[in-house]
Amino acid sequence: MKEIRVGLGTCGVSAGGIQVFNTLKSEIDAKKLKVVLKETGCMGMCYEEVLVEVVENGTSFLYAKINPEKAKKIIDQHIIDDRPIEEWIVNNRACSEKEEFFKKQKRIVLRNCGVIDPGSIDEYITRDGYKAIQKVLKELSPEEIIDIIYQSGLRGRGGGGFLTGLKWRFARNAKGEKKYIICNADEGDPGAFMDRSVLEGDPHSVLEGMMIAGRAIGADEAYIYIRAEYPKAILRLENAIKQCAERGYLGTGIFGSDANFKIKIKEGAGAFVCGEETALIASIEGKRGIPRIRPPFPAQKGLWGMPTNINNVETYANIPWIILNGAESFSSMGTEQSKGTKVFALAGKIVRSGLAEVPMGMTINEVVFDVGGGIKDDRKFKAVQMGGPSGGCIPASMGDLKIDYDEITQTGAIMGSGGLIVLDETTCMVDLAKFFLNFTQNESCGKCTFCRIGTKRMLEILDRITMGEGKEEDLDLLESLAYKIKDSSLCGLGQTAPNPVLTTLKYFREEYEAHIRDKKCPAHICPALITYKISAEKCTGCTLCAKKCPVQAISGEVKKPHLINQNECIKCGLCYDACSFGAVEKI
Amino acid sequence: MNEVNLPFFQKEIKKFKIDLVTQKDSHGSLIYLLQSAQDSYGYIPEKVIHYISEVVGIPAADIYGVITFYSQFRLRPLGKYVIKICEGTACHVNSGKNILKALQNELGISVGETTNDGLFSLQSVACLGCCSLAPVIMVNEETYGSLIPKKIKGIIKKYREL
Ligand SMILES: Cc1cc2nc3c(=O)[nH]c(=O)nc-3n(C[C@H](O)[C@H](O)[C@H](O)COP(=O)(O)O)c2cc1C
Ligand code: FES
Repeated sequence: MKEIRVGLGTCGVSAGGIQVFNTLKSEIDAKKLKVVLKETGCMGMCYEEVLVEVVENGTSFLYAKINPEKAKKIIDQHIIDDRPIEEWIVNNRACSEKEEFFKKQKRIVLRNCGVIDPGSIDEYITRDGYKAIQKVLKELSPEEIIDIIYQSGLRGRGGGGFLTGLKWRFARNAKGEKKYIICNADEGDPGAFMDRSVLEGDPHSVLEGMMIAGRAIGADEAYIYIRAEYPKAILRLENAIKQCAERGYLGTGIFGSDANFKIKIKEGAGAFVCGEETALIASIEGKRGIPRIRPPFPAQKGLWGMPTNINNVETYANIPWIILNGAESFSSMGTEQSKGTKVFALAGKIVRSGLAEVPMGMTINEVVFDVGGGIKDDRKFKAVQMGGPSGGCIPASMGDLKIDYDEITQTGAIMGSGGLIVLDETTCMVDLAKFFLNFTQNESCGKCTFCRIGTKRMLEILDRITMGEGKEEDLDLLESLAYKIKDSSLCGLGQTAPNPVLTTLKYFREEYEAHIRDKKCPAHICPALITYKISAEKCTGCTLCAKKCPVQAISGEVKKPHLINQNECIKCGLCYDACSFGAVEKI
Repeated sequence: MNEVNLPFFQKEIKKFKIDLVTQKDSHGSLIYLLQSAQDSYGYIPEKVIHYISEVVGIPAADIYGVITFYSQFRLRPLGKYVIKICEGTACHVNSGKNILKALQNELGISVGETTNDGLFSLQSVACLGCCSLAPVIMVNEETYGSLIPKKIKGIIKKYREL
C-alpha cells in the first residue's frame, strides 16, 4: 500500500503544509482511497517545503514545493493512475537534489526525523526505539553506562562541548538524597533550529536519552526546559510523555524494572540567558534567570540544591544510538578530539537552507558547497557565522577548516549549538557584528558591570562607525573593551558576547576601516553610508521615484532621466525599492 | 489554596490555573502561573499580580521583577492582530530591516506598540524557526515568508478588511 508523508515541522507548516495535508486528506476521504496519510517532522530540506513523499514498497518519490492544487494532482495522477509526476520529483531531477543533499550526511540524531510520525510511539519502537533503555536496565550497571558514553567521546552539543560521560560521572558521584536530570531545549541562538526540529520530528529519542541518563546518575525526576516560542515541539513532547506513561515507560517501575522516572515540561518565557545552565535552573525554580558563580557546578548543587545533570537536546538524542551501536561505532567517526556527528541549521545566503547532520571532521567548504549547494544567486562566498551571538565569523579563505571543537575555537568563533549562517558579499560585517552585539546587549541580565555597560559602550561605538562618524582610534577601543568584558563577566553570555566583534575585526578589519576612513560601506548595507544615484541610461522618466520620495529630493521631467539632489536626500531607500527598472543605484 | 483568604475581586478574576497550585510548590510555579494568567487575559493585569502574591505568598514586587525580566510577559493588552517580525540572524542578513521599515510605515507604530484602533501590535522576536523562508513575519498564527517590502501593504490590508 502507498504511504503519503507530509513534512509538518514548523518549516513545513509555515510554507503552507497544513493546507496541503488537509487537501490530501479530503481527497483521500472523498475518493475512498486506500493509502496511509501521515505527518512527519522536518526532513531537513526546508528550502523545498512543502515536501510530500509518496512511499511504495520501499521506493520513495519526494515531491517538492507542493501547494493544495499540486496535491490534488498527486492524488489523481500518482495515487490513482499510478503515474508519478516526474517534473515535481526532487530525487528524480537530473542533478538529483535529494541525493546531493544527503550524500555527505550521516544521520544519527536525525535518524527518524522526516521518516516516522512523531506522534506515534509505535513507529519509534519499530525503529529500535526504547531498546536502548531496556538494554541498560537489564544488562548494564550505571557505571557501565557511563563508561560507554565516556568512551564514545560524545561531547555536549549545547555549545560548551564538555565530555558527556565525564559530566555524568560527576553527577553520579555527587552525594544527594535526590538527583535531577534536565534537558536544555532553550535554543536561544537566533537563526538556529536544530533542537526544535529534533523535538518536533523525533521526541521519543530525547526522552529515551534522558531515561538512560537518569539510570546512569541515579535520578528519578527530570525536566525539559523548552522555550515557549516552540508551541509545536511542546505539544509533541507532551504527547510523547503521555504515551510513555500509558505504557509504563515512565512512572514507577519503568519497563518492569525497579527504576522510577518521571519527566516534566517547563516552558521558558523568553530570555536568552536562561540557556545558561545556572540561570536555567533559577528559572525552573520560578526566579529571575540570573546565572550564579560556578563552582559548585550543577552536578554538585543544581536544581533545588541537589545534584543535577543538564544536557542539550541533541546530546540526549545521541545516547540511545550509542548504547545500541557501541562506543566504537560512534568514536570511529570524526576527529581526534571531536567524535560523532553534528547537526547544523544552514541558513542565510545558501541555496539549500535547512537541517543537515554531518560527521565531525568535514570541512566548512564541504558543508557549504556539497551539502548546502553553495551560495544563492551565484554570489561570492564571504564567510560563515557559527555559534550565534557567542560565536564568530570564519572567512571563506579558511573554508578548509575541519568541523572540530578545538579547531573552530582557535579561529575565535565557537562550534556553538549548530547555527551556521552563510554570508556573501552583500553582507556588511560591521553591521553583522552590531546585530549580534545588540542582541547580547539586550539579553544581558545586568548582573556584571562590564557585560551590562561595556557591551553598551561597544554598541555605541559600532553605531557611530556605521553612521560614518567613526574615529581612527575606535577600533583599538573596541578591542580593549572586548577583552575587559571577556575577563570580567561571570557567565558565558558576557564572556563570549564580544566574539562577533573580535572575529570580524580580525578577519575583516579593512571593512571597518572603509567605514571609518572612506565613509563607505562596501556591502551597501549601512544606510548612512550609501549614496543613491539615478542612472541616466536606465531611467525611463516614469516619475515613480519622485512621487515616492518623502522629501521631494528627486526632480526631472516626465520621460526624461531624473536626478537626486544629494543635499536633500535622507537615504531612506524608498526610490530604490520603488524603481522597476533598476535605475536607482547604490554607490 | 482554597483555604487562602481572598479579600478582593474574587468574582471578577477569570479562571486561570491557579487552583492547581499549592503553597508548597508555589515558588517553582510562578512562571507557569503568570503564563496561564496571560493566556486568559492576554496580558497580566495589576490586580492579578496582587492576587497571585496573595495565593502563593511571594511579594508583589518580586513577581513584578520576574514579569519584567522575561520578554514573554506584558503588562498591557495587545491588539487584535499581533505581528511578529523576525529579527533573527537569517532574517537580518536577508534584509529583514526593510520589512520592518515597511511595516512601520504602513502601521505608523514602532516595535512594542499597538495601533490606536487596537487592531495591530508590532513585536520583534529572535527567530521564528523557519529561517529557510527568511525574511519572515507572523500575524497571529499565520506565517508569511520570503517577503519583500512591497508585499506588506497587501498583507496588512487583508487583516484590515477582515
Ligand atoms: C548565554 C548562554 C546561553 C546558552 N544557551 C544554550 C541553549 O540555548 N541551549 C543549550 O543546550 N545550551 C546552552 N548553553 C550552554 C549551557 O549552559 C550548558 O552548557 C549546556 O546546556 C550543557 O549541555 P551539553 O553538555 O549537552 O552541551 C548556553 C550557555 C550560555 C552561557
Ligand atoms: S532568523 Fe528569522 S526565522 Fe530564523
